[in-house]
Amino acid sequence: MSQKVLLNATEIQIALHRLACQLIENHNNFEHTVLVGLQPRGVYLAERIKALLVEDYGIKDVPLGYLDITFFRDDFRRSEKPLEANKTQIDFIVEGKKVVFIDDVLFTGRSIRSALTAIQSFGRPEEIELLVLIDRRFSRHLPIQPDYRGRQVDAINGEKVLVRWQEKDGEDAVYLVEQ
Amino acid sequence: MKELSVSHLLGIKYLTTEDIELIFETADHFKEVINRPIKKVPSLRDITIANLFFENSTRTRLSFELAEKRLSADVVNFSAASSSVKKGETLIDTVNNILAMKVDMVVMRHPNPGAGIFLSKHVNARIVNAGDGAHEHPTQALLDAYSIRESLGSVAGKKVAIVGDILHSRVALSNIFALKKLGAEVMLCGPKTLIPKHVESLGVRYEPSLEKTIQWCDAVNMLRVQNERMSMSYFPTTREYAQQYGLTLDHLKALDKQIVVMHPGPINRGVEITSEVADSPQAIILDQVQNGVAIRMAVIYLLAAKIK
Repeated sequence: MSQKVLLNATEIQIALHRLACQLIENHNNFEHTVLVGLQPRGVYLAERIKALLVEDYGIKDVPLGYLDITFFRDDFRRSEKPLEANKTQIDFIVEGKKVVFIDDVLFTGRSIRSALTAIQSFGRPEEIELLVLIDRRFSRHLPIQPDYRGRQVDAINGEKVLVRWQEKDGEDAVYLVEQ
Repeated sequence: MKELSVSHLLGIKYLTTEDIELIFETADHFKEVINRPIKKVPSLRDITIANLFFENSTRTRLSFELAEKRLSADVVNFSAASSSVKKGETLIDTVNNILAMKVDMVVMRHPNPGAGIFLSKHVNARIVNAGDGAHEHPTQALLDAYSIRESLGSVAGKKVAIVGDILHSRVALSNIFALKKLGAEVMLCGPKTLIPKHVESLGVRYEPSLEKTIQWCDAVNMLRVQNERMSMSYFPTTREYAQQYGLTLDHLKALDKQIVVMHPGPINRGVEITSEVADSPQAIILDQVQNGVAIRMAVIYLLAAKIK
């Protein structure tokens, strides 16, 4: 198993700043916008983006929620491993809001499809956008594309993109792993 | 995520402590789901569940049906009163006929103890026991223990009293198994005639005085007197039972602590529990009902996950 660094800590930091600025361009002061981190791995990116928006760019109030899609997945009883649920915490009204989904890697698009269904349990958003750190090209099973991407990566099927976060894994880095 | 060690929920006796904890963790997620504006998830959209009730039930049946529907399962209902059972069909034939219509899971309440176990050996479907005679009522015990965990933070190390008609109660037996597995101490209280013989062999204590029992416990589960199961008189009059074993507000006021009051329903107000107690903030009877749906969703979800 060999691995190659796609993004190091500095490059991740630059990408995060760029993503935060792009969000501000489209959402101004986030009055009508809510961020939703997708469980389990999207929440770290979502928290980072929120921290940047609040601390570095002076946005006062950025609502952030966490959405777990386990019960909305299309591979229940089909996957080898039992599915593991995580906490959903959405303490605001989604009705009429602009929702930005945040996830670390966009691969087949199936998680996002599930999230699009799941979020409807909380109301009818005005619109939904997608922000990802890594967009894996050529691997989509569904017609889903990100609105904001940190880096586009060409990875073949046997390869895996691994995003590691300081607060969870002890370092900020993105690896391409051959299996 | 872990899987259940069993393929059917026939009784608490067959579950491991890890199974119960897995059910609780899963129920936490479903409790959040049923408090959403839209209380439904699509997980079980290709699963069909038959609810077979050979005995009367309102709460349990509604609770199971809601749990199934909130998981998007297809549901068919059956009650013995309006069925071919009256025409002499056997249990296995009845169930096999239903399964021939491609049903994946059966939720069954039956007056005979062990009916679920028997069925699980003879038909090809997941069985959930929704009460078999005076034997077990596993989902009720799970939701009771889950409600204790919610009110007191944990079950391990807590003192739980079960008061009333232990002899005829499947809720009591399942509760004892569940509470012991989770590390609680259990005390039974009630007239000696309604306490099974050799009950100490289950690792529980018996205390005839209600006052002493509630002094001791952190949570008390008041059971209904099951007159419909009694073939003879176990106590002189209902009034005398209420005087000795009915929980009143004076009992609770006399304590130097707050205890949690539970009841599996249906309540006989003025017999095992007075109206003031049933409606007091210490009573979590309606929380138990809400938790019942989350627990049943968890059980059905986890069993369905094992259908491949």
